[in-house]
Amino acid sequence: MTAETMDTPAVAVPTATPPHPLREFWSYFSANKGAVAGLVVIVTVVLVALLADVLAPHSPYITDTTIALKPPFWQEGGSLAYPLGTDAIGRDILSRLIYGARLSLLIGIVVVAISIVLGTVLGLVAGFVRGVTEILIMRLMDIILTLPSLLLAIVIVAVLGPGLMNSMIAVALVILPHYVRLARAAVITETSKDYVMAARVSGAGTLRLMFKEVLPNCTAPLIVQASLGISTAILDAAALGFLGLGAQPPSPEWGTMLADAREFVLRAWWVVTFPGLAILITVLAFNLLGDGLRDALDPKLKRS
Amino acid sequence: MKKSALLAAVCVPAFLAAAPLAAKTLVYCSEGSPENFYPGVNTTGTSFDVTEQIYDNIVDFERGGTKVEPGLAEKWDISEDGTVYTFHLRKNVKWHTNKNFKPTRNMNADDIVFMLERQWKEDHPFFKVTSPNHSYFTDMGMPKLLKSVEKVDDYTVKITLNQPEAPFLSNLAMQWAGVQSKEYADAMLKAGTPEKIDQEPIGTGPFYLVQYQKDAIVRYKAFPEYWAGKAKLDDLVFAITPDPSVRWAKVQKGECHVMPYPNPADLDAMKKDPNVTILDQAGLNIGYLAYNTTKKPFDDVRVRKAMNMAMNKKAIVEAVFLSTGVPAKNPIPPSMWSYNDSVKDDEYNPEAAKKLLAEAGYPNGLETDLWAMPVQRPYNPNARRIAELMQADLAKVGIKAEIKSFEWGEYRKRAQAGEHQTAQLGWTGDNGDPDNFLNTLLGCASAQSASGSNIAKFCYKPFEDLVSKAKVTSNQAERTKLYEQAQVIFKEQAPWFTIAHAVQLKPVRKEVVDFKLSPFGRHTFYGVDIKGK
Amino acid sequence: MLRFILTRVSLVIPTFIGITMLAFFLIRLVPGDPIETLAGERGIDPARHEQLRKEFGFDKPIFVQYGIYVARVLQGDLGKSLITQESVLTEFNALFPATVELALCAIIFALVLGLPAGMIAAIRRNSIFDHGVMGISLTGYSMPIFWWGLILILLFSVQLGWTPVSGRIDVLYYIEPVTGFLLIDSWLSGEEGAFKSAVEHLILPTIVLGTVPLAVIARMTRSAMLEVLGEDYIRTAKAKGLPWFRVVTLHALRNALIPVVTVIGLQVGVLFTGAILTETIFSWPGIGKWMIDAIFRRDYPVLQGGALLLGIVVMAVNLLVDLAYGLINPRIRHNR
Repeated sequence: MTAETMDTPAVAVPTATPPHPLREFWSYFSANKGAVAGLVVIVTVVLVALLADVLAPHSPYITDTTIALKPPFWQEGGSLAYPLGTDAIGRDILSRLIYGARLSLLIGIVVVAISIVLGTVLGLVAGFVRGVTEILIMRLMDIILTLPSLLLAIVIVAVLGPGLMNSMIAVALVILPHYVRLARAAVITETSKDYVMAARVSGAGTLRLMFKEVLPNCTAPLIVQASLGISTAILDAAALGFLGLGAQPPSPEWGTMLADAREFVLRAWWVVTFPGLAILITVLAFNLLGDGLRDALDPKLKRS
Repeated sequence: MKKSALLAAVCVPAFLAAAPLAAKTLVYCSEGSPENFYPGVNTTGTSFDVTEQIYDNIVDFERGGTKVEPGLAEKWDISEDGTVYTFHLRKNVKWHTNKNFKPTRNMNADDIVFMLERQWKEDHPFFKVTSPNHSYFTDMGMPKLLKSVEKVDDYTVKITLNQPEAPFLSNLAMQWAGVQSKEYADAMLKAGTPEKIDQEPIGTGPFYLVQYQKDAIVRYKAFPEYWAGKAKLDDLVFAITPDPSVRWAKVQKGECHVMPYPNPADLDAMKKDPNVTILDQAGLNIGYLAYNTTKKPFDDVRVRKAMNMAMNKKAIVEAVFLSTGVPAKNPIPPSMWSYNDSVKDDEYNPEAAKKLLAEAGYPNGLETDLWAMPVQRPYNPNARRIAELMQADLAKVGIKAEIKSFEWGEYRKRAQAGEHQTAQLGWTGDNGDPDNFLNTLLGCASAQSASGSNIAKFCYKPFEDLVSKAKVTSNQAERTKLYEQAQVIFKEQAPWFTIAHAVQLKPVRKEVVDFKLSPFGRHTFYGVDIKGK
Repeated sequence: MLRFILTRVSLVIPTFIGITMLAFFLIRLVPGDPIETLAGERGIDPARHEQLRKEFGFDKPIFVQYGIYVARVLQGDLGKSLITQESVLTEFNALFPATVELALCAIIFALVLGLPAGMIAAIRRNSIFDHGVMGISLTGYSMPIFWWGLILILLFSVQLGWTPVSGRIDVLYYIEPVTGFLLIDSWLSGEEGAFKSAVEHLILPTIVLGTVPLAVIARMTRSAMLEVLGEDYIRTAKAKGLPWFRVVTLHALRNALIPVVTVIGLQVGVLFTGAILTETIFSWPGIGKWMIDAIFRRDYPVLQGGALLLGIVVMAVNLLVDLAYGLINPRIRHNR
């Protein structure tokens, strides 16, 4: 699959007067209603995260035990002051969700950034240097892939100590192999192509080849992988939070909120339902976006 | 395979199906898997609950109390100086049977000696079997206390101590001293599988083990030849269910009859359920926040007092324990003898706290750490949540507290080493003696040792004098007076912010008859009955 | 064929050694030592601590410990759990069937629903059904399954009372483990209602664990079918006037299955990850919970042994998947 994706966007423009690639991309992308919906949700989440200080009706941290476990406003006993109710120690759930959006986006972006940078570098190295280095790198990636990812992430967090940053590192390491494999495969296909040969013959150094010639040509699959990777990252980090190993309370990270609320599952449905729903919607949006990007960037599906 | 399955399905059911309905079965939703079936090396209530049904002790605590009563020993004599205990054993005590082993004799003195020597003598062939770490035996000071254990005749055992020890009998009633069969041990040693005695247990207790599946089930049947008469129940099942909400859902649906450690959040619903009674009793425990009295600024009693006044204990306990805890003012629980009820707790008063801080030289507040355990403990359902509430309260008087946590083993070790400024911890009593709290947790010896439990590092002469005097006094009325005074000094010096005593709550279904709570948090099912469905 | 298997196995050996090393050293990097963790509030005095370290062999240099460990593993001895003192292999054997049973049910659930859904979606491309399947499956794929489990329990067990809350079977049934698979054991036992009870207990965990694979399989089947349906030979088959149903099931599906099988293979790892969460929520006595407990209690032998055994299982499944290609599509020859 990777091989075909490589042809974008430079080659796969058969029309006589090629439209601007971005424009073409947009026309494909916007035809996909799901992807647009995803994009809208993501933009909303980003805005909410940026404007959290303005939007949140309350502080996400201030506790008030006199208003603990108030239901959402439409239920008896609820009030519009706390639209989605309050948690066990009287914090406003809506406000916590709003601030939590920051953390979830942060997690998604940081994790993907770490794994893309590290993964691409390792993949490029493996693809270019070959030999023992490649074997070592790829074996290590195989090992990581063989172990259940959550288990590995848990052990890494256990080593580093629970916390937001450490859980991000753990998730990044666990999803690393996907990027490494992608980058390496791209390098191997690309290096056999004429333009690389040509560059090499004309005396371009390996580093230059890596970053100037080959890397730009595997950005498309990487972009797709990245947008899908954000959703995986958010999910995995939330799972760690749920197991008590992610961001630590009182942090309003959604998975951590769920873990904290779990004991109230029978008594106060809202403390459990809303954080989970927030995770689901955000992750779904990133997946929709990722799908849309793939379709728009993948010439194979364009054809059919 | 298919054929035989079909055959089995067709022929057997009618015959087998009748059995479970006729038998009286009690299902207990336990919270976890036992470590193994040897109480001598176990430390958790979860494991003890499982072995409790299988083994008997030389002496026992009365069901639902702390009084010591005869167990495998019918009676005993104590020498004048309190160092020689002679136990006279019952003669008609039968052992269980399992597929590996058929006992040929009744319980006798050899078994008692075996129980003690196995944990005591490092060259004993069973000392290292399963684990050489006989925690309770060591913690109760047995290695130093025991001088000799002798078999006088088949049914008489003489134990000689190095010095008198008032709680000795209570210590023997604790679960670590469950008696195993020496004959079984010898047989398994010969067969080359000594560890079998701890995995496929043989005891003299009211129930024998039928099946154990890790993380799923422990299944017992009543032992028909039990020396005190067969249990009223026929079958006893522990359904291992780690999640408290799930346990409750199972009790609600009648899938379980008794459950431990309910989720505080579910209590309201439990109280409303007509099929369930909630038994409650204050437990022998204390949860507290210890100030490191050797570190600035907590070496100043005014700062400690100010902290105590700055935190709204009532609100904290209500929010975190809900109704599973009562606010604590003394370091020992109210159900313990010598509890001093006349002690007045520091009142919640942020203004006074601010003033006191200013007096102590911190008019602009101060910064401190605030340690919270990462795990749920019997005396503290959620240390982190408590820390969050404390943090908020302290901020109001200008104290900036930073919540810190470590992995649990690490946490305790560091706290014992005194790395903290303030740290939450707690204690669950072992044998019902105040010494087990006041001396163990607040005595000088324990403060100076890096493995001692005094994490306030509190070593205050007037207090120490009282407590050490009480330890060597035998008259209980006198001891009571000394301990009462010690509690007054404790409050004045304020080495801890006493948080709460956890109340043990047991939702029990109405069809269960005569289930009794134990102050030690034990779950004893001998004597319990169940009404037919 | 044999040569293919041999090559594959020889490739697996370094991965295997890597797993033993990773598990061995990584768990030792985790702060906190198991002896302290065992001690609880009361702590442990230094002399005893030292004695226990010796007992467990932790006093030796770490590489010596590793050497001893590997030597034992090669003899088939995975050590004893520090907590229960039970052999790791025994515990694994007792718990693994529960996980396998759950995982198999989840995969079957995913296949039974996912394959037809994906097929129909491909055939009726851009129909409402297609959009519906794609929407639902993407939602399923995005599902935080730990939350999904809680919500399902809340709805079906607590509110509606249709399914039991947790566990593998009603505890009143005494089922002697023969195979370890409760569905089979309860059937063999012949106790009235036991099999039904086992099935009821499986429903929710199966749905929760099967959600993600279901989504993946439905999507994969759809896109693979779309691709195949566009190929010349399908058009030819259609043109030849073969019945449409036959064309779709016999020709198209068969070829579309190749990527689907790959995906199922890849899902095994994902399934174990899901199993960890599902088992936590449903108190399912499987290895996911076992290994999490081992991490929290620093039970080194259990974690090392568990990782090793799981690694073997994952690799074995991948090998089987490779072999399955050949069965589905004889065009792929194993003669590298």
